[in-house]
Amino acid sequence: MTTASSAGHSRRDFLFVATGAAAAVGAAATVWPLVSQMNPDATTIAAGAPIEVDISPIAEGQDIKVFWRGKPIYIMNRTKKQIEEAQKVNVSDLRDPQPDSARVKEGHDNWLVVIGICTHLGCIPIAHEGNYDGFFCPCHGSQYDSSGRIRQGPAPLNLPVPPYAFISDSKIKIG
Amino acid sequence: MSGPSDFQLQNPALKWIERRLPIFGLVHSSFVAYPTPRNLNYWWTFGGILSFMLAVQIVTGIILAMHYTPEATMAFNSVEGIVRDVNYGWLLRYVHSNGASMFFIAVYIHMLRGLYYGSYKEPREVLWILGVIIYLLMMATGFMGYVLPWGQMSFWGATVITNLFSAIPYVGDSIVTLLWGGYSVGNPTLNRFFSLHYLLPFVIAGVVVLHVWALHVAGQNNPAGVEPKTEKDTVPFTPYATVKDAFGLSCFVLFFCWFIFYIPNYLGDPDNYIQANPGVTPAHIVPEWYYLPFYAILRSIPNKLAGVVAMFSAILILAFLPWLDSAKTRSSRYRPLAKQFFWIFVAVCLGLGYLGAQPPEGIYVIAGRILTVCYFAYFLIVLPILSRIEKPRPVPNSIADDVLAKGRYVASAIAVFAVAGLLMLGSGSQAQAQEHNTPNPPSLKWSFAGPFGKFDQGQLQRGYKVYKEVCSACHSMNLLHYRNLADPGGPGFSIAQAAALASEIKVQDGPNDAGDMFERPGRVADKFPAPFPNENAARAANGGAAPPDLSLMAKARGYERGFPWFIFDAFTQFQEKGPNYIHAILTGFEEKPPAGVTLPEGSHYNKYFPGHAIKMPPPLSKDQVTYDDGSPQTVDQYATDVAAFLMWAAEPKLEERKRTGLQVMVFMIIFAGLLYFTKRKVWANAH
Repeated sequence: MTTASSAGHSRRDFLFVATGAAAAVGAAATVWPLVSQMNPDATTIAAGAPIEVDISPIAEGQDIKVFWRGKPIYIMNRTKKQIEEAQKVNVSDLRDPQPDSARVKEGHDNWLVVIGICTHLGCIPIAHEGNYDGFFCPCHGSQYDSSGRIRQGPAPLNLPVPPYAFISDSKIKIG
Repeated sequence: MSGPSDFQLQNPALKWIERRLPIFGLVHSSFVAYPTPRNLNYWWTFGGILSFMLAVQIVTGIILAMHYTPEATMAFNSVEGIVRDVNYGWLLRYVHSNGASMFFIAVYIHMLRGLYYGSYKEPREVLWILGVIIYLLMMATGFMGYVLPWGQMSFWGATVITNLFSAIPYVGDSIVTLLWGGYSVGNPTLNRFFSLHYLLPFVIAGVVVLHVWALHVAGQNNPAGVEPKTEKDTVPFTPYATVKDAFGLSCFVLFFCWFIFYIPNYLGDPDNYIQANPGVTPAHIVPEWYYLPFYAILRSIPNKLAGVVAMFSAILILAFLPWLDSAKTRSSRYRPLAKQFFWIFVAVCLGLGYLGAQPPEGIYVIAGRILTVCYFAYFLIVLPILSRIEKPRPVPNSIADDVLAKGRYVASAIAVFAVAGLLMLGSGSQAQAQEHNTPNPPSLKWSFAGPFGKFDQGQLQRGYKVYKEVCSACHSMNLLHYRNLADPGGPGFSIAQAAALASEIKVQDGPNDAGDMFERPGRVADKFPAPFPNENAARAANGGAAPPDLSLMAKARGYERGFPWFIFDAFTQFQEKGPNYIHAILTGFEEKPPAGVTLPEGSHYNKYFPGHAIKMPPPLSKDQVTYDDGSPQTVDQYATDVAAFLMWAAEPKLEERKRTGLQVMVFMIIFAGLLYFTKRKVWANAH
């Protein structure tokens, strides 16, 4: 190795740093598409468009399960008793405090629409079971009330309400 | 090779690991301190390039397998789904399909380098034979990979290659049935090819480890062909070889990117954009370009068993090279006769490659036989005799002497020649059997041609209108959805416009709660409607010829441009054969066939259609479709617009591809430049 002047040194260091930096940028830009491809493709996204559901056949006290974006959605026509139970709970005592009115659409108090996936580890709770007239998850024993709020067991959060709207009294649009 | 290592770790945690698993020492002695001859030229960077290509193929392959469906009725569409719908799917697919070609270009250069510099000679025989095994595995992997898209060439390539085994006496037919898992190539064949295509690259990686191990035991050969004697003859692998390989690799990647982003279908065959059809063989079957020389040998022998034996012998003979050539001098640089015969042999291989792409008739067969004899004569006659009679020039005393005596050695002219030759082989594989009197379609000016090409939105919208009002009466476009009309880089409809167009159709859906099917208005997620419920109905309604699906038409049709145009096409990025052909067909009808030509009942005369007798009646007439933007309502304008629309339909990511390509090319040129100067700085100390 010859003795290099300090100017020669810094010029060489700059070149090495610039080359290394370019290599890092190139590597990062290469990794991007390799990861991005794992996201949902255009077909999956197109298939996730909103769906319309006719709720007229659901009698009081009954529920149906529909699928939207691969997720089961419970649509429950609640009984008077269920509505009252859900409304009279002391909200501040709940693990995930939320009044019943925030979980249903105004004027459609009897209709509960929730994503039927337990917030613990993703199993599907069974409707009309458990101690709270709501849902019971058979996997690890989480119990939800008639508003789909977590009341007992390991789950941390209430059953989420999907985006939906009433198109008419007998038809809702989910998504 | 490496002497006692002075490798010392400071970090106590690493020391702790090293004492139990000496992996850092192994890496250091193999890839840092490892002495490499200081006179290696750029031909020696292809070993590193090949390792890189293997990694690229494995990574992109694993990703493609996440989206691919190995099932005979779905494989073709799943590949198109990758290209159209998966994020960067077009990029991954083109990297993988062109990567196979790049892998073979690199391996052929690597092999010819070994041949020229005598890298197979004592003590590197096992190293060489391991290389031949890797090459055989690569051929098997490449072949099975080509079957997976399940296009026409995939299917018929699989049929022809598996039938090679039927030449084996007595048990041939049983073996072929075993390979197929059925009575013909079908779904079981596709499934097992997919499984094996996934497996073999890892087997290759394993043999590569052995190959590198053997290399590190024997040490690298070098252009002088003399073994390193003192420390002055070698330089440490890192940084010297590492930075040189990195620069060589960056240039290779630039070359690779040209194919990925600008001519991704140049090395492919248009027929493979037609879904496999067990009832129709393409007029002219050719394998991928990298098998063409062996394919030419196969066809040269007029006996089935002898042809297959000759083809496999042509590869296996390489394994015996260390004993066929017993000359003491390694490098052809000091063997005046061997050098000349080497270049003749290269020309023979290129010639065989060219012939492999030509139809097996007339002069081509005779030429093929002559070159086949030359191929084998090189190994069986020329090399054994040369090693006995040739008087080599004196070799340098040491590598250091070689470096001092020679100065710079750049074989750039040869490189250009080799690349041009390989390109020639590549486009040879696109050969289409043509009626000799069918003229080539005229080349039109397209807005989407060239490196900065973009679709003309107005033209695509007009083309869609022509398709919808005319073509769609008979032709389906099964790969297109209404949502595509609003995709970026497309006709530029808004989502609302696409939804409005979709709502014009009725789609059968169901079953509903009662179990009945019902009709609903179309949504943007729906496919373009097909005019006929199935192929038989299409056939019955159209005089026996089913109108083909148009989704990929612009990539599924091509024509032979002839020498030397197909070489220029790689440089000028000419990729518009499909739209030229579509425009020519639509405008090439003549009311009366020329004198002496009689057409079958129900056919029409078309100048550009192979065979001239086309079942489709002239579909377009003046003022048939109303244009709102004032464009001329002529047949020529309709044909141009619909051809552009079909090009977009076949390659919806074209704009994204060319835009990304420009960014990548600019980056790679800068990066290669930086590496070049870094390499010079690093090597400044070594010279």
